[in-house]
Amino acid sequence: MTEAARELSRLAEQRVVILDGAMGTMIQGLSLTEEHFRGDRFTDANHDLKGDNDILNLSQPEMIEDIHRQYFEAGADIAQTNTFNATSISQADYGLSHLAKEINVEGARIARRAADKVREEEGRPTFVAGALGPTNRTASISPDVSDPGARNTNFDELREAYLEATLGLIEGGADIILVETIFDTLNAKAALFAVEQAFDESGTRLPIMISGTITDRSGRTLSGQTPEAFWNSVRHANPFSVGFNCALGAKDLRPHVAELSRVADVRVSAYPNAGLPNEFGGYDEKPEQTAAHLGGWAEDGLVNVVGGCCGTTPAHIAAIARQVKAAAPRVVPQLSIRMRLSGLEPFDLRSAF
Amino acid sequence: MTERQGTFVNIGERTNVTGSARFRKLIAESEYETALEVARQQVENGAQILDVNMDEGLLDSEAAMTTYLNLIASEPDISRVPIMVDSSKWSVIEAGLKCLQGKGIVNSISLKEGEEQFLQQARLVRHYGAAVVVMAFDEQGQADTAARKFEICKRAYDLLLEKVDFPPEDIIFDPNIFAVATGIEEHNNYAVDFFEGTRMIKENLPHALVSGGVSNVSFSFRGNNAVREAMHACFLYHAINNGMDMGIVNAGALPVYQDIPEDLRERIEDVLLNRREDATDRMLEIAEQYRGAGGAAKVIDDKWREEPVEKRLEHALVHGIGDFVEADVEEARLKADRPIHVIEGPLMDGMNVVGDLFGAGKMFLPQVVKSARVMKKAVAVLLPHIEAEKDEHQSAKGKILMATVKGDVHDIGKNIVGVVLQCNNYEVIDLGVMVPCAKILEVAAEEKVDAIGLSGLITPSLDEMVYVASEMQREGLDLPLLIGGATTSKMHTAVKIDPAYAKGPVVHVIDASRAVGVVQELLSRDRKAAYAEGIRADYQKMAEKRRTGRVDRDRISIADARANKAKIDWSGYQPPKPAFEGIKTFEDYPLQDLVDRIDWQPFFATWELRGRFPDILDDPKVGEAARPLWNDAQEMLKQIVEGGWAKPRAVIGFWPAKAEGDDIRLKTEAGETVVHTLRQQMPRGAESENRKPNLALSDYISPEGGDWLGGFTVTTGLEIERKAKEFEDDGDMYNSILVKALADRLAEAFAEHMHERVRREFWGYAADETLTNEQLIAEDYQGIRPAPGYPACPDHTEKGTLFELLDAEKQTGVELTESFAMWPASSVSGWYFSHPDARYFGLGRIERDQVEDYARRKGMSVEEVERWMAPSLAYDPDEERNKREAA
Repeated sequence: MTEAARELSRLAEQRVVILDGAMGTMIQGLSLTEEHFRGDRFTDANHDLKGDNDILNLSQPEMIEDIHRQYFEAGADIAQTNTFNATSISQADYGLSHLAKEINVEGARIARRAADKVREEEGRPTFVAGALGPTNRTASISPDVSDPGARNTNFDELREAYLEATLGLIEGGADIILVETIFDTLNAKAALFAVEQAFDESGTRLPIMISGTITDRSGRTLSGQTPEAFWNSVRHANPFSVGFNCALGAKDLRPHVAELSRVADVRVSAYPNAGLPNEFGGYDEKPEQTAAHLGGWAEDGLVNVVGGCCGTTPAHIAAIARQVKAAAPRVVPQLSIRMRLSGLEPFDLRSAF
Repeated sequence: MTERQGTFVNIGERTNVTGSARFRKLIAESEYETALEVARQQVENGAQILDVNMDEGLLDSEAAMTTYLNLIASEPDISRVPIMVDSSKWSVIEAGLKCLQGKGIVNSISLKEGEEQFLQQARLVRHYGAAVVVMAFDEQGQADTAARKFEICKRAYDLLLEKVDFPPEDIIFDPNIFAVATGIEEHNNYAVDFFEGTRMIKENLPHALVSGGVSNVSFSFRGNNAVREAMHACFLYHAINNGMDMGIVNAGALPVYQDIPEDLRERIEDVLLNRREDATDRMLEIAEQYRGAGGAAKVIDDKWREEPVEKRLEHALVHGIGDFVEADVEEARLKADRPIHVIEGPLMDGMNVVGDLFGAGKMFLPQVVKSARVMKKAVAVLLPHIEAEKDEHQSAKGKILMATVKGDVHDIGKNIVGVVLQCNNYEVIDLGVMVPCAKILEVAAEEKVDAIGLSGLITPSLDEMVYVASEMQREGLDLPLLIGGATTSKMHTAVKIDPAYAKGPVVHVIDASRAVGVVQELLSRDRKAAYAEGIRADYQKMAEKRRTGRVDRDRISIADARANKAKIDWSGYQPPKPAFEGIKTFEDYPLQDLVDRIDWQPFFATWELRGRFPDILDDPKVGEAARPLWNDAQEMLKQIVEGGWAKPRAVIGFWPAKAEGDDIRLKTEAGETVVHTLRQQMPRGAESENRKPNLALSDYISPEGGDWLGGFTVTTGLEIERKAKEFEDDGDMYNSILVKALADRLAEAFAEHMHERVRREFWGYAADETLTNEQLIAEDYQGIRPAPGYPACPDHTEKGTLFELLDAEKQTGVELTESFAMWPASSVSGWYFSHPDARYFGLGRIERDQVEDYARRKGMSVEEVERWMAPSLAYDPDEERNKREAA
């Protein structure tokens, strides 16, 4: 176990741990142009790079570091690296697959710098969570309605891409590996397989955070799993925490987080969007509103880690941190030992002996 | 419903190209759409896990597995259940695992190719996030006897836990179901071996599960499906009672255990339980009579159609026959005063029979699903009549929300309650099955209901109900909450649900007929408060009583275990008297007598050659290596015998014995010696005629005295160790290992040979016994020779007592190390028990009360006993101590 992992566990015993908020929202707020995205290095790129937020790790590292810094100053304990789309699979859209590793290394380094400075100045522990996003493909859903058996990616391809990304995040100094915004659990399982491989290859073992996404009010992931089935599918990774993020605002996410909180025998995390998007795709929920919801969850003992996803800002994180400060973290339940499997739904075998 | 039966898991077997010709054809012809229907039917018929197998020589199995699983992933009706990826090829298993977003099961891995490959595959299974089936198969081959099954599974279990950190609850053992009634005598005990092996696994390997392919057992009756299916039902009945958790079985085609004609059932069970020598012949005799055109229904004739209508409805429900139900229901309706009475009367009675049979393990889930289908059909006939009878002008008396909770699909009970309530003019909002808590609360608020009714049939639903109750509490509701369904109970409601919902009343409704009464009271303005208070007071009293009288669920107390000792009728039993009292020593025992008793299979296993002896000599793969080894071994044996390299020594002894509790008191020259035995503490269920006992070895000694206990130590001697050392010093490792391997075999053979002499000669209770070497190896004789440190008596320190009694160190030169291991290693020791009922068993885990008692009896400290017995403790000694200190 790394020293950071021990520190993180200690912190999580004392209080609810605070994750940062949205990176994309903050980048959007900077109103960057194509030239910003290209910076000095990619002036000759063949593709338009505007929208490739992850490339900013290479072209505008100071901007990204500044965003991390704002979140830390607002009270975040953990910064998520700007690597949501930094796999060779997702970067293919910009013709930059060959830079995937470098984007991850730099993404982790930038967050590391911000974290270390704040740690120095404020004398409190700060952490870097290396983010592995879902990629823009799914291993268990067909892209072609008339051919349900078709796939535009597979386990091995995903595993390769995630392995490269994870090795980059470890090299850049991440304290945690965060597999997030999981809408297809098979993608996540490939990521977890790769993370394990990366730990073996690098000789470094970091805490893993897993965060799924409930895509609508039906209470299932995009690939159809219920929260408990999802947990059964990823429990073998023995993560530091499991939780949900994105897609829903806090109000609609609550029952699903509560559900997970009941069945997961590890810490539970939640970082919802700032409400549901308005007709312009923006988010209207005020920091106090988001914070009030999350404060309630903390009080009810549902969560160990909270933060924000799409639409949240340092102001949201500051409000959330204030709101949950007094609450005791959720007590991780001990489950009876029995085989728990899953398809789209959980299957729980109670042995009679 | 009892916990045990409710949890037997049916694994769908039809999506298997090796087991289903139709499925194979569909896959071979790429008729995937139709092949998907096979999977869908399996799930609809109650398969809780789907086994998928594509092992067919002409198929690209990896591609077929990938394509089929990807297609299944697109069918939510199918992919809601976990998948079992079934292949004998690892590459196919891996291809399957790469398509599963859920947590599935690998079927299977084994020690067949050695530990390295086994562990490597287990590690990958872990990284893919799946559970695993482990076959009882090792380097020597497939396990047939109970002891071998257990030995392999135990080895696999220890390896998985120690080397791979594999969660024990994700290990499923398949201890091999083999065909019985094959006409080959050594197959006769195969079913018993499975039952016994299963029991040993479940008792000694915590959290591990047992599965198996049931249809193998009836292989001899190919073509006679009626008999085969009856055999499967009987087999499952016994296997489940021994702890089998799941099985690959076409459960939809199983007859009800109860309905198998008695003569057939008796003969099947004679075969399965190996109860008589002519069992196979008698089975063959009768099998022809039951040969049907196929299908179990033919076992049962059509006489039931002549019964009165109530009985006919019951029969139709129990057997899931929907053909006549409409006419029968109509007939019953015309007979009844009101249509609702048909539901409350004969239909509910029939469903109660189904529930009872299910609870007793005599019906399986798929059959219950069929029953439910018939019930639905019956209720559908009655509904229009019930609707018509309703008084349209009266406004509803109240609005009731009903739901089968999340994770549960059983809705018959709920639907019946709904119908009954509607008949009594309540408005019912039925949310159906698998309703998440959030949805229940949302609709309750929107519709402003007056009460919520939750239903569930499977045990996990109980937790879900508690959760719903706690969420109602959190949301500040005070609506009455009704709890019903086969798995619910007044006790669970009182202990778990009621306390979670302090703001409102909770009532357990035992059956549909009570629902109206309860709802009337709860919705009555005047009586509600008093009624709710009365119920709550009642529940609180029950909960309190339960708290104070709480018993350990997992282990029973040592007192209770003793009360359930082996039932042996000692009155009139005359224990056989040995030829002498005290000890008898054998010096320089003739080696030739032992050579014929050697069990060669383990010898070859030492050399990592797998296979049965003597077939191994002609094995196409390893025969080439086995034959020269065999020749060398014969040559070496000759030298050992002729050169006098080994000087086998033995000491045996008999002492007058009397059982006192779990101790055996022996009269010796010095006075008295006490042998301490340990007793199984696993729960054996309620008292009944065929309840299994909680065994201790002392049970096999008469408590009335006049009995005898024997003991032995045999060794091939130090001389042969020296010989091995000589070879080693010469750099000849081959011969060094060969000598040692033979010394081990000779010591085992010596123990077997001496036991035979004891039975025939020195104790003499089986003077006429004539058994072949194979039967001896299969332990086909009266009496046992358990060794201290092994499953029946795991306390190694008792070996000290045995050695003292035998003066074994002096008599044989065998010494005990501080951990009670024997030196030289080629030695065997143990106790002799003569009673005909005596059999080998595993102690399983024991509780602290026995440890304290045992420590007192042995004059040891509790800590010391805990140290010796650590692998057999049912509790964590440190945790227990902290708890005590804190208290």
